[in-house]
Amino acid sequence: MWLYAARRLLMTIPIGLGVTVICFALIYLAPGDPVQSLLPPDATAKDVAELKHAYGLDKPIPVQYLIWLGHALTGNLGRSIQTNQPVLDEVTRALANTIPIAVISVILAFVIALGLGILAATRVGGILDRLATGVAVLGISVPQFWLGVILVIAFAVELGWLPATGMGSSGSEHFSWFKWSEAKYAVMPIIALTMTPLGILMRTTRSSIAEMLALDFIQTLRAKGLSNAAIVIHAIRNALPQILAMFGLQLGYLIGGSILVETVFTWPGTGFLLNKAILTRDIPLLQGTILVLAMAFVLINLVVDLLQTAVDPRIKRA
Amino acid sequence: MNTEAQGAAAPMLDQPADRGGRAQPMLIAQGLKRYFPIRGGLLNRRVAEVKAVDDVSFTVLKGETLGVVGESGCGKSTLARLLMHLLVMDAGSLIFDGDPVGTEQGLSLRDLRRNLQMVFQDSYSSLNPRLPIEESIAYSPRVHGMERGQAKRIARELLQRVGLRPEYFGGRYPHELSGGQKQRVNIARALALNPRMLILDEAVSALDKSVEAQVLNLLGELKREFNLTYMFISHDLHVVQYISDRVMVMYLGQVVEFGPVDTIYAQPRHPYTAALLECRLVVDPAGRIDTPPLVGDPPNPINPPSGCRFRTRCPHAETVCERTVPALGAWNGNTAAHLVACHMAHPGSGHSRAAPAPVVH
Amino acid sequence: MSGALVEAPPAADARAQGVPAREAEPATRVRGYWGNVWQRLRYDYATLFFLFVILLIVASAVFAPLLSPFDPNKASMAHRLKPLFYHDNILGTDEQGRDILSRILYGGRTSLLMGIVPVVAATFVGGLFGVVAGYAGGRLNTIIMRSMDVFFAFPSVLLAVAISGSLGGGMVNQLITLTVVLTPPLCRVAETSASQIRSMDFVDAARASGASTVSILLHHVLVNVVSPVLVYASTLVSASILLASGLSFLGLGVSPPTPDWGLMLSTLREAIYVRPIVCAMPGVAILLTSIAFNLVSDGLRQAMDVKA
Repeated sequence: MWLYAARRLLMTIPIGLGVTVICFALIYLAPGDPVQSLLPPDATAKDVAELKHAYGLDKPIPVQYLIWLGHALTGNLGRSIQTNQPVLDEVTRALANTIPIAVISVILAFVIALGLGILAATRVGGILDRLATGVAVLGISVPQFWLGVILVIAFAVELGWLPATGMGSSGSEHFSWFKWSEAKYAVMPIIALTMTPLGILMRTTRSSIAEMLALDFIQTLRAKGLSNAAIVIHAIRNALPQILAMFGLQLGYLIGGSILVETVFTWPGTGFLLNKAILTRDIPLLQGTILVLAMAFVLINLVVDLLQTAVDPRIKRA
Repeated sequence: MNTEAQGAAAPMLDQPADRGGRAQPMLIAQGLKRYFPIRGGLLNRRVAEVKAVDDVSFTVLKGETLGVVGESGCGKSTLARLLMHLLVMDAGSLIFDGDPVGTEQGLSLRDLRRNLQMVFQDSYSSLNPRLPIEESIAYSPRVHGMERGQAKRIARELLQRVGLRPEYFGGRYPHELSGGQKQRVNIARALALNPRMLILDEAVSALDKSVEAQVLNLLGELKREFNLTYMFISHDLHVVQYISDRVMVMYLGQVVEFGPVDTIYAQPRHPYTAALLECRLVVDPAGRIDTPPLVGDPPNPINPPSGCRFRTRCPHAETVCERTVPALGAWNGNTAAHLVACHMAHPGSGHSRAAPAPVVH
Repeated sequence: MSGALVEAPPAADARAQGVPAREAEPATRVRGYWGNVWQRLRYDYATLFFLFVILLIVASAVFAPLLSPFDPNKASMAHRLKPLFYHDNILGTDEQGRDILSRILYGGRTSLLMGIVPVVAATFVGGLFGVVAGYAGGRLNTIIMRSMDVFFAFPSVLLAVAISGSLGGGMVNQLITLTVVLTPPLCRVAETSASQIRSMDFVDAARASGASTVSILLHHVLVNVVSPVLVYASTLVSASILLASGLSFLGLGVSPPTPDWGLMLSTLREAIYVRPIVCAMPGVAILLTSIAFNLVSDGLRQAMDVKA
């Protein structure tokens, strides 16, 4: 098990490096001179020369990459063109707003998907099963941003129950999750974020539990006279490593893919930051945010895999 | 009723000519080795190896059927794949009808494959599920440059020959056939290049007993008709006895006994062979045994026992078996036809049951 | 296995020809793999229905010039943001007074293009790399698949935004972005399938007959990799449409006058307090298309999951 864990850790290094290569390459994807895209339009010739020197932009590309990587590893992701703030500060501040809604959404999706999925799997073909299948199809088919718009229309425009956008009057600095007057701003973003993982999870839970219930060892348990509930618990325990893996993956998807929902609700998280970077063509901000989010995804996957080794007896023995 | 297949016989590829004469063995294998690496550790380095085939030498005579027996995992199938060059051998050489295989002057791989074909074991994966079976059979002649229509005619003739009416079966897909039918197609496919020798890797093992008998009879007929030499690999001792002229017994990647089928079945010299033969079911109630002659699984091939590999399960094991690897040799001055790798059969080996060393004058 | 379409020959006939013991011949008509798939689809009415829906959507996009009541780009200050069923503007008008229905019909062209072209391109690119990696194994496999792993380190939306955000908007850039995003998963599916096929005995049999690698790839590997790859690719069409509309919503898609569902939602968002229902309409089109493609690909997967 420790060997597996160590090997998994080692495997993360090349992946992480690959991610940095792609992020580095983004500057070169952007049309025009990379120097221009890294500086505000009103930059002086002196600024250009300084930047060229700092990033070695007059050197060959592999050298540029190594210099950039050196900066990135020490937390220097450059400065935003718009705000002139260090990119890392901007991203960490935004991340603090994205992570809570993403975590809450994934947990919500999990609880509903597991509950409904298990009920559906034990009653294949019944009404609940159809409901679950419907939710699953809807979840994976619905455009998140449109769902956001619909929620706004329903709960903000028509009913007036919830605020449409933003994080409340106190802003993101003093936002409190424990005061309804502020927490209610998070309700619709969370619902919109929950839908996609809910659809995916519902589908997997239903099919994997139904499949497992048909396996020989479950049939043996049934023949031994175990109650239905006990059998389902057996099945869940066997599906646990897989469920854990899905949890991590979905959490990563939400943190990395929150841009659409955060744009709709102007929720000041990383997705909103990304959108801002795109609209203003703030390439350093775009690059830095993407690097941090991708690394977060890699890290989540690593943690989940390690947790899985602890849970899965087959890996433990190996 | 059946008029279509009665037309003029489609010319098959010519059978490759006999080059070495009647006395030249069809196949001589010398010192074949194949180790599979076991990777592990932090950096996935090679930490150990499975000695799947470890220094195996034997000959196959022209026109004979050589039976190869052994428990599963003893390296029989790896041996077959080495002979077919589907796996690269780590060491060893092959001489096919007097010509060394894969050397400058000798037989090219392509020529070897015209001479030597194989019938695979698993009827599920041995036929391409997306090809009608006649296409599967016609594929190899086409690889060797035959025109499409003719290859198909040959395929249909071969189907007919193995007992499947081409007009009913030719266009079918493998999933529409039974296990026995698929095995007939496998045989037809192996014959499509008109080879001189067939390796049959557990070719009838997965079949029902009644179907197995039919396929065995078919194999016998085909052997006469196409003038074939067989290497018949099986774990079924009854079948091997029925079909073979000579028998090779393998244990953990090595040959432990080799000889004419009657001699080996009547007087096995290696305790492993003896135990295997005792494991067979006996029809006569008086002849039945209550204690299993062979207990336990074969040892781990990654770290095979020192000396004789069978000693951990052998009732006669002594210290000499632990120290010295027994060579495969003629036993007790008998003819070279019957070879055994056991200290008990070799005079002067130091085993208490072995005859004393012959006095050298 | 029903319906004796071919009469089984009498047993005596076999003996008369001296053919060795013949086994019972199944009395079914010969039907290839694709025949079986069609046979299953024929009775899957739900899938057929959604297939019909897709055909309708495709037709309405193709024949948009004939079906549209108005010019999709004709603005009218006098008729801005009109409700549903306003005169001939059945679905109302947008913030520039353009007919929503006409724009949705024309917008279908962009969406379908974004759903299908990247998937086809990624199927070729990913499929090629995957089959080569899966069949070659060894070091080549490691190089190809580990490179793909790097792309898997990005959630798909993030990867799309990263590439598109750097490249900038426009239809070609959007197509490139989506192709890059969809290639790694297709490559993985093709690799898994090809490496399974590689270990099958029939591939060894083909090698044993002396066939070249190219011939084996063409005749034995590709035919077997095609169906899992196609099934997977079909599930990506809906994902591609959703991703594309998301990018358009962020302003990374086609440039403004061109009708596009995602872009329409983005511009209409300002008007949700005035005409909420009208503003939701383009999303209905996306949802409907996406559901139809998802359900058809589900049906296709079930139909193709035949042991053949």
